[in-house]
Amino acid sequence: MDIHLLWIPLLPFLGFVFNGLLGRRIGTRAVSAIACGLPIISFLISYRAWRHVVDVGSPQHWDGFPWIWIDGLVEIPFSLHFDGLAAVMCLVITGVGSIIHLYSIGYMRGDPGYHRYFAYLNLFMTFMLLLVLGDNLLLMFIGWEGVGLCSYLLIGFWYEDDANCAAGRKAFIMNRIGDFAFLLGIFLCLTHFGTLAMSALTDVNQIQTVAAQTLTIPLLGSVGLVTTIVVLLFIGATGKSAQIPLYVWLPDAMAGPTPVSALIHAATMVTSGVYLCCRLMPLFQAAPAALTLIAGIGACTALLAALIAFGQNDIKKVLAYSTVSQLGYMFFAIGVGAFSAAFFHVVTHAFFKALLFLGSGSVIHAMHHQQDMRKMGGLRKQLPFTHITFLVGTLAIAGVPPLAGFFSKDEILFAGFEQGFLGGSGAAMLFWGISFLTAGMTAFYMIRCVAMTFWGESRIDPDLEGKVHEPGGWIGLSLLVLAIASALGGFLNVPEFLGGHASLGHFTGLQQGHEGLTEQALHALHAAEWQSMILSLLIAGSGLLLAFHCYGKGKDLRRRFIESGPGQLLGRLSANKFYVDEFYNSVFVRPFETISHLMFILIDRILIDGILVSGTALLTRNVGHLFRKMQTGFIPGYLLTFACGVLVLLFMLLNFLRQGGAQ
Amino acid sequence: MFSLATLLYLSALLFSIGTYGVLARRNILVVLMSLELMLNAVNIAIVSFGRAHALTAFSGEHGGQIFTLMVLAVAAAEAAIGLSLLLVIWRRWKSIDLRQLCQLNG
Repeated sequence: MDIHLLWIPLLPFLGFVFNGLLGRRIGTRAVSAIACGLPIISFLISYRAWRHVVDVGSPQHWDGFPWIWIDGLVEIPFSLHFDGLAAVMCLVITGVGSIIHLYSIGYMRGDPGYHRYFAYLNLFMTFMLLLVLGDNLLLMFIGWEGVGLCSYLLIGFWYEDDANCAAGRKAFIMNRIGDFAFLLGIFLCLTHFGTLAMSALTDVNQIQTVAAQTLTIPLLGSVGLVTTIVVLLFIGATGKSAQIPLYVWLPDAMAGPTPVSALIHAATMVTSGVYLCCRLMPLFQAAPAALTLIAGIGACTALLAALIAFGQNDIKKVLAYSTVSQLGYMFFAIGVGAFSAAFFHVVTHAFFKALLFLGSGSVIHAMHHQQDMRKMGGLRKQLPFTHITFLVGTLAIAGVPPLAGFFSKDEILFAGFEQGFLGGSGAAMLFWGISFLTAGMTAFYMIRCVAMTFWGESRIDPDLEGKVHEPGGWIGLSLLVLAIASALGGFLNVPEFLGGHASLGHFTGLQQGHEGLTEQALHALHAAEWQSMILSLLIAGSGLLLAFHCYGKGKDLRRRFIESGPGQLLGRLSANKFYVDEFYNSVFVRPFETISHLMFILIDRILIDGILVSGTALLTRNVGHLFRKMQTGFIPGYLLTFACGVLVLLFMLLNFLRQGGAQ
Repeated sequence: MFSLATLLYLSALLFSIGTYGVLARRNILVVLMSLELMLNAVNIAIVSFGRAHALTAFSGEHGGQIFTLMVLAVAAAEAAIGLSLLLVIWRRWKSIDLRQLCQLNG
């Protein structure tokens, strides 16, 4: 009964309540103290709980209280579970989250919605921690929906601008589509497992019993039950974690304040889909067909997003597509069974992507909310510190050793390599090829982003010239901490062939051990790991060098490529995001609007307004017309009627009395 | 003395005359007078019944007469209100013809 676990999500919630209700009165200083202090305390509690898990070696658990129960049918407690996986996730969320809270003090200074912003941010922390700690799928779903809500609120934070509100709505609706599938998955789990507790859903024996059953679905025929559940849960994850086909909301979500993009749309919320997969690892492993689908979607998303990132000129859009692309990597890793690598990438990605976003926020702040990289350039001189930290993040995401991204990405690529070439799976080979290519592209477009922003000649507005200066204080401090984390984060999980212990993987229980292998097989495996690592270093290196060349001396090469036929085509496709938004608009949004309009005319205008409302009024009016002639205003007439009435009544009375008298 | 039946015939006759006056005449003043006639017809009926059943009725010897006094009081009040309304109508329309008082028709 470790009730202190409850404080981890509860403290930010208190911050939300306090700042939300009283924030306007107590002044910005108190608001910042409460909003940043409580997540930091949460972090400390998480840290202590983590120490406890490390020392004792067993997960912590809070049984909570019964929450929803129908006797003999459903029993869902409100209980929290803190194992290795949740511990790491909690530390990342509260740690990176606290840093971003501190950063926000500098970034949001002077905003009229200051207290509202921090209230939402704290609420987000609450739901995110609930998602991570919840010991059953339904509790997780509450967190899942809650972070979606906060995401919506914060994307549309500057609600005076219609475009921001539209972006918020888009994110919410896209997420709803995924959440619907998630909910269906939960229902299936409930009917077939009889419970939603994580311990039951990850129990191999129970999964085997359920796996034997099939489900008949119209058009698809008979499908394995576990496969169906996994696919439904995965569709939920594609919504939240921005995968094909539901990824289009994430780039639009950049309409929110930049620290929000860093916290919600890069470091934490969007990785909750991956967390879901890791949490239910045995369930996912029991559905190999679904895993292939996941690997394919992940790899394709990684490639598509990287291709789009080439053509974007908004610094935050580039980072957004890079996030989508990296999330694709994580799902690719899940798909090839490397849950440990996927989760490791979640952690390192949280570090370096938060750093990159905060760096871009620093640039945007310094440039007075200019986000177009075509109007930047040469900022290295004005923003030296931001430049250095941003470069660290860029090299980390590009996979330069020994920065964080190198280890995690290498592990993912190796997992694909292992399944594809050592395991002999054609699909895995193809998806590995795609991811491998994407690794080079990632290096290229990130260097392009740095080059356009920080290097070369200045293209800044003459008005801004001289006004651009390094934002100090909390912003600088946050960048520094995250830069250190991005540089060193990779050492959390150094693989065995490089002399490490894969400690993160073992701690979270996601790493598959090599105990069953002979000395010789282990040797072959390590040799393959070396091959894979050299390959991924080569591709990342060539991407980096090509980008250095293109955005340095080799401008002619770039111009020639852009002006060539395929270059033009690719450029246009990339700049227009492969027309996916347009496609969705014409296939889903417009028909939906047309049907809505038709319904509006038929149901609302004609049936409800016309027949029910106006019809009732018309009926009353016409009947009234009919009877109003009785109201002659001629008093003797009334009196005559009255007299006749009395006569009739009298007659009836007498009649009645006579019959009564007979009795 | 007259028998109960004779008295009731008288009462019915008076009531019918009154009813006719109320229904058929146009002059409000006449209508009000006819109304008084109807009330008094009822009074006669009550007094007659009172006398005929004086010994058996629960109201005792003077029950009928007390009722009649009551009706007279009400009739006086009614006449006062009716006549004052009549005055107002006269001032407003310079007419006391019932047929012209049909402004509230539908």
